[in-house]
Amino acid sequence: MFTVLLQFILSGITVGAIYALVGLGFNIIYNATSIINLAQGEFVVMGGLIMWFFSQSLQLPFFTSIILTILLVGLIGLMMERLTINPLKNADLLLMIMITVAVSIVLRGILMFKFGKDPYSYPPFTEGEPIVILGAVIQQQVLWVLGITLTCIGLIFLFFNKTMLGKAMSACAVNPTAAKLVGINVSRMIMLSFILSAILGAIGGIAITPISLMEYDKGPSLAVKGFCAAIMGGLGNGMGAVVGGFIIGILESLTAGYIHSGFKDAVALVILLGILFFKPAGLFGSKATLSVRKF
Amino acid sequence: MRKHVNYIVLLVLIIIFPFLIKDNYTLTIGIFAGINSLVAMGLSLLMGYAGQVSLGQAGFYGIGAYVSAILALKFGVPVVLSAIVAALVSAFAAVLLAIPALKLKGHYLAVATLGFGEIIYIILNELGPGGPSGFGDIPQVSFMGYKMTGQISYFYLIWGIVFILIIFSYNIINSRIGRAMRAIHDTETGSSAMGVDVSALKIKIFILSAVYASIAGSFYAHYITFISPTTFSLFHSVLILTMVVIGGASNLFGAVVGAIIITVLPEALRKFEELDVLVYGLILTFSLLFIRKGIVPTLLQRLKKKGMANA
Repeated sequence: MFTVLLQFILSGITVGAIYALVGLGFNIIYNATSIINLAQGEFVVMGGLIMWFFSQSLQLPFFTSIILTILLVGLIGLMMERLTINPLKNADLLLMIMITVAVSIVLRGILMFKFGKDPYSYPPFTEGEPIVILGAVIQQQVLWVLGITLTCIGLIFLFFNKTMLGKAMSACAVNPTAAKLVGINVSRMIMLSFILSAILGAIGGIAITPISLMEYDKGPSLAVKGFCAAIMGGLGNGMGAVVGGFIIGILESLTAGYIHSGFKDAVALVILLGILFFKPAGLFGSKATLSVRKF
Repeated sequence: MRKHVNYIVLLVLIIIFPFLIKDNYTLTIGIFAGINSLVAMGLSLLMGYAGQVSLGQAGFYGIGAYVSAILALKFGVPVVLSAIVAALVSAFAAVLLAIPALKLKGHYLAVATLGFGEIIYIILNELGPGGPSGFGDIPQVSFMGYKMTGQISYFYLIWGIVFILIIFSYNIINSRIGRAMRAIHDTETGSSAMGVDVSALKIKIFILSAVYASIAGSFYAHYITFISPTTFSLFHSVLILTMVVIGGASNLFGAVVGAIIITVLPEALRKFEELDVLVYGLILTFSLLFIRKGIVPTLLQRLKKKGMANA
């Protein structure tokens, strides 16, 4: 009984980690631009599929593949910002969000053309027996996913709080005009926010693919879940998105296990509506930030 | 007279289209374009005139289709009546959704509708007749004992509704409510200072957009006679949004033009086969980048400029 519960929670934490990364990616871009980047899920999918391409199709060594995948997806994030977001400066916010939808369709089109509609996977990072804790079985890859996610989250927080570049990016989020006045290159910071989000997504995709497989059209559902995570924590609040991601992952897994697997995907959305209606600032957001937020 | 020239052109186009196009395939696409126009017009009212976005129109479209189809098939309710009941259900759902969401500033409605649309999609999948594979044998439209079956009659029916709702919508836009709507779009604080009840008005417009989507869904179900949840996914909501943005949200005719383009495009892209998604995305991206205000407002602006240069 307890073992089953523990098993559900563990698998929830695993998916939750990916939602947390996607939610964090949403926040990084939202903070820099007020844009909701709906192509965020495609970054995760590209991480998994491109990793498969380098490591399985081209048979490159493991680490080389990871680095190449991260570089390539980061480059795609950069191109996305330079080619579509940057030229639209000063345009209506809605148009900017629409363009991220358009880009996500383009990316999905490329992925479908290159990889087809089949799911892809590759061997876990380390071979070996699963670990058993209190009767619950943990695959080694699950530990990798959690370790990598937590490391990424830690690095992101160090970056925003301890480095000059990160502080400059936060400054753009708070007040772009003032940031410009003190000599921060706002346009470059926005570019950087897209690169960072893309890389976060790619890392999540690389880590999760051996467990949950990856196909070209998984992006939108990942984006919706990550977005729910971000809203739950209070949009723009990094730590909130992380906690939100884990909560959604666990509740999803419990719903699938104890209620009905078909309603699994509704969990995040019901939470989303509940948060909007009863605590619109999010679990960790303040009322004051709510009044300036656009979403 | 000049004021009505748009309507007359549209009416003439609607009437002559089936005479020019004889093949059933093109007529079917024409009917779909009309159905999509209805949903897009509702969203256009909401976006262009009340400054709010919905990412869940497919949810209302789905309620319209499922409620009307189930009533007609399982309970023998006459088809037009079933569509009206479905529209009432959609309106009720819209009220429940809008009251909390529209009290908040900004684009909260967009987020709430996204969640709502997806929940409806999951409910249709899990609890709808036939589950994910859907159900068929839905009765066709019948009116006063006359059963509609031909393509041409459906074409006229759907586009007739489009035409009537365009006139209806423009009447709203040009009424006191419409002026208040545009005031909200420009400045919410300003209009509430002038005594406009901003949230009440926004809720009304949102209900209207839900009803348009619901009507479209009902007639879709009774025309195609087979429905499954796939049609009512988030992707469809995004498609509807795309129609409005591409056509131009500040003009109702923009919604119709956008709906026609987005309906025809995938058919025209068939020959690219597996590249169709990519080409579709690229066309979307470029039109958003280069025709920012949407096709119809941009064309109108061009025409105006030309007219001024000539004068």
